[in-house]
Amino acid sequence: MYHHPWLPNLSHLDEMLKEIGVKDVDELFKDVPQEIRIKDGYRSLPQRAMSEFEILNELSASFRKNLNLKYPPFLGGGICPHYIPYAVKMIMSRSEFYTSYTPYQQEISQGLLQALFEYQSLIAELFELEVVNASLYDWGSALAEAVLMSHRINGKKVVLVPSSMNPFRKEVLRTWIYGKGLKIVEVPINNESGETSLEEYKNILNKHKDEVTAVYMEQPNFYGVVETQLDEIFTEAKKYKAITILGMNPLFSAVIKPPGEYGVDIAVSDGQEIGLALNYGGPLLGIIATRWDSTLIKQLPGRIVGLTKDVEENRAYTLILQYREQFSRREKATSNITTNETLMAIGVAVYLSLLGKNGLITLAEEILRRSHYAVRELEKIGVRKAFSGEFLEEVALEFGKDYTEIHKHLLTKGIHGGLQLDKTKALYCFSEVHTKHAIDELIDSIREVMK
Amino acid sequence: MTWRQAKWEEPLIFEMGNEGRVGTLVPIDEEINKEINEVQLPEKIRRKGDLELPQLSELEVVRHFIRLSQMNFGVDNGMVPLGSCTMKYNPKIEEVAASFVENLHPLQDEETVQGVLEVIYRIQEWMADITGMDLCSLQIPAGAAGELAGVLMIKKYHETKNHINRDEMLVADTAHGTNPASAAMAGYRVIYIKSNSEGLVDIDILKETVNDRTAGFMLTNPNTLGLFEENILEIAKIIHSVDGVLYYDGANLNGILGVTKPGYMGFDIVHVNLHKTFAVPHGGGGPGAGAICAKGELVNYLPYPIVEKHNEKYTLSKVPKYSIGKIATYYGNIANVIRAYSYILGLGAEGLSYIGKMSTVATNYLIAKLKDVKGLSLIAPNRFRKHEVVFSAKPLAVSTGVTALDIAKALLDRGFYAPTIYFPGIVEEALMIEPTETEPKEVIDAFANAIKDIINKAYENPQEIQKTPQNTAVKRIDQVYANHPTTITPTYRVLKLRKLGKITALK
Ligand SMILES: Cc1ncc(COP(=O)(O)O)c(C=O)c1O
Repeated sequence: MYHHPWLPNLSHLDEMLKEIGVKDVDELFKDVPQEIRIKDGYRSLPQRAMSEFEILNELSASFRKNLNLKYPPFLGGGICPHYIPYAVKMIMSRSEFYTSYTPYQQEISQGLLQALFEYQSLIAELFELEVVNASLYDWGSALAEAVLMSHRINGKKVVLVPSSMNPFRKEVLRTWIYGKGLKIVEVPINNESGETSLEEYKNILNKHKDEVTAVYMEQPNFYGVVETQLDEIFTEAKKYKAITILGMNPLFSAVIKPPGEYGVDIAVSDGQEIGLALNYGGPLLGIIATRWDSTLIKQLPGRIVGLTKDVEENRAYTLILQYREQFSRREKATSNITTNETLMAIGVAVYLSLLGKNGLITLAEEILRRSHYAVRELEKIGVRKAFSGEFLEEVALEFGKDYTEIHKHLLTKGIHGGLQLDKTKALYCFSEVHTKHAIDELIDSIREVMK
Repeated sequence: MTWRQAKWEEPLIFEMGNEGRVGTLVPIDEEINKEINEVQLPEKIRRKGDLELPQLSELEVVRHFIRLSQMNFGVDNGMVPLGSCTMKYNPKIEEVAASFVENLHPLQDEETVQGVLEVIYRIQEWMADITGMDLCSLQIPAGAAGELAGVLMIKKYHETKNHINRDEMLVADTAHGTNPASAAMAGYRVIYIKSNSEGLVDIDILKETVNDRTAGFMLTNPNTLGLFEENILEIAKIIHSVDGVLYYDGANLNGILGVTKPGYMGFDIVHVNLHKTFAVPHGGGGPGAGAICAKGELVNYLPYPIVEKHNEKYTLSKVPKYSIGKIATYYGNIANVIRAYSYILGLGAEGLSYIGKMSTVATNYLIAKLKDVKGLSLIAPNRFRKHEVVFSAKPLAVSTGVTALDIAKALLDRGFYAPTIYFPGIVEEALMIEPTETEPKEVIDAFANAIKDIINKAYENPQEIQKTPQNTAVKRIDQVYANHPTTITPTYRVLKLRKLGKITALK
């Protein structure tokens, strides 16, 4: 007889079939036509069930083929390696959280609802915006949802983005807005500073004036350059009644101007920088936040948790503004999102609670010191910043020679350098997981090829 | 003994802690600090407002969130019979498996991540086999994102083929809300196909509705009533006769795993919810993971990138010819894909072939226990269900006033999560129950007894049931207060600003 730890009823099959009143399992499938039945099983799969021991061996055998890096990669491109305190992982692995689902039954799901309310509230403080939803998939889809919100609000079809925005997010945006026939128009950067050109911005905005649904800016941009003229850009956009959207690095909003201080309508982001693993690019955590404005709030996608009370006046939490969601409004819903990234939001709530005000500011300042130390030392060996603008943890570097060679050389030393941008440039990220020792070794290794 | 949930009256994290506390130490590199004292950012871009985050010790944070977890309920606590959600057991080995990708950066050189690419490649192949499709992409972070990908593929397909005026997407009236919502996001007009008295797609209505404006038909099979659409081959023929695309919403795949494949039924595009059928934990609402798969020329429209294998090397290089683009910023929810991978290894083809059967046995066993209970009714009572069953509590509601919602709340008091309620909309007072193959027979027995007990009590003393839940952290929630323009509170910031008189009612 067949046994399996995840199939407890195999040994009670006869008894259960008898209760149902059929002679065999096949009778339960008599409505499945014979010609569409599986006849030869799943041929491409391993045939036999593996024990845990064997599963681990199998996983190890595959993952041994990954290169063991000596240090966390010096890679950015939207997400960077960071240290995650154990308490974050421990809370995220609590069974009551991670094996539950959407809190449809609020009375028995108060813990999850409160944790989500706290997540929303922590992001609200970080961004200085009043309303945050309970999560979207990632930054790219959060941006797409923000643009679709704008389109529902004003019906227009052009979204202005900087040419320096993260290209992966741009591809997500392009895909998600294709169905509604929206169009992306790019604003070029100033090649010297790496910032968006205000001049060009005004021209392009003026050229498309009646069609612009939203303007999107990223802080910092894909090349790591900090935009210093966001105030001017958003003021200009508001003249044309475009919805203003800022994509913001959440970790650095502890020290640089958060979306709320620019008075933007919508902020989008990803929670990876504040407490989540890289996970080879997913799961991440899409963040979306708005000002206190009902036009915007009514168009928000996804779940929102609110504070309320129960019939005995105890403080309680529940899902609010549900008239926006797919299960009640179907094709008129603000989005189709259902399963979201709740557990990641809880992780971020724990992380922000642990670091708190002091920790987050200290961390941002420490990363700034490390990235600026790295760039200073790199400059000594002939590497230059590709742009003159300010930078935070990520920075585009000009090596003045074939970067492929440098990249390959680093790999032979077990070091993963930045993301190659073109023949001679690469985008680097330095964070609290890169010690002086690691940075120095990186630079020494680069020096070997620079000569 | 009665089951009781913890009730902590836990304050908000903002109301805890004290000035100057930290919950963790930030790594500080002394050597670098000696070299670089401070990085001055220009005044213009510096944050002006105070950062009003809490200040707590590590213990305070941990204890707070542990207490919150104790006021929550997952599969590891007890049965979660949410229909359409496939709340099966999440094997613990999955968590170890996921940790293998924790520190991998998505933009690493492919040479350095051959291991993870190999696993992704295998899952792509396995999902194609399981769905009966030709090629899969793992870009989609959840089912709804798969549907969006699917309808966009359908749109691009018709555009590429110069099929003009394809502006209608057909959706079954039993469909999940995501189907019409996704179709609308792709700019389609949604046309509902009514079910017949047997709870199946009405073939005559379908034939009348299909025309040269039909872009496609979104369907689950088994449908959301748990019934197998036995006319699926004819449905496929009708849709294909106008060059429409048949889309498979894979939320209900669990009931037929090992029995049939969507590809055999005539579907052209399929999404799989790895967090349902393949035991990826639901995470309190997510993250999920998925696969979006296609057959024939539709593979050319799949989202990119897809992992390819050349000379024993894996690359992320495949961009299908007419790809709709990217759905996720990187490659999808890979840590969850790895969880599903370990689950599949733990079953093998042999184990997987039992899933559809054993989940179907569990459902019909539960039906056998409940079908003669006064107060409940069942559409098409003589048909066997697959992964789930939808009872109507309308007879009970009519004679006692006790509704599906009340039954749900009373179940909470008995240590069960509730079924999905009021879905699908065509069943009044719907109780949608999916036991899954991982719930032991005794638990299904206890669940059936709990429902019977609740219904008996409802006939004797309906008020008692309407007062439930009593054993949970809080009692019934004030939804009006929660949503009222003057009291709606989505964040602590709103609470503070309202107290200061700085924000107005939300109109
Ligand atoms: C039938 C059906 N279709 C689609 C979905 C959407 O899937 P997801 O929640 O993974 O986005 C669900 C579940 O939520 C469902 O039950």
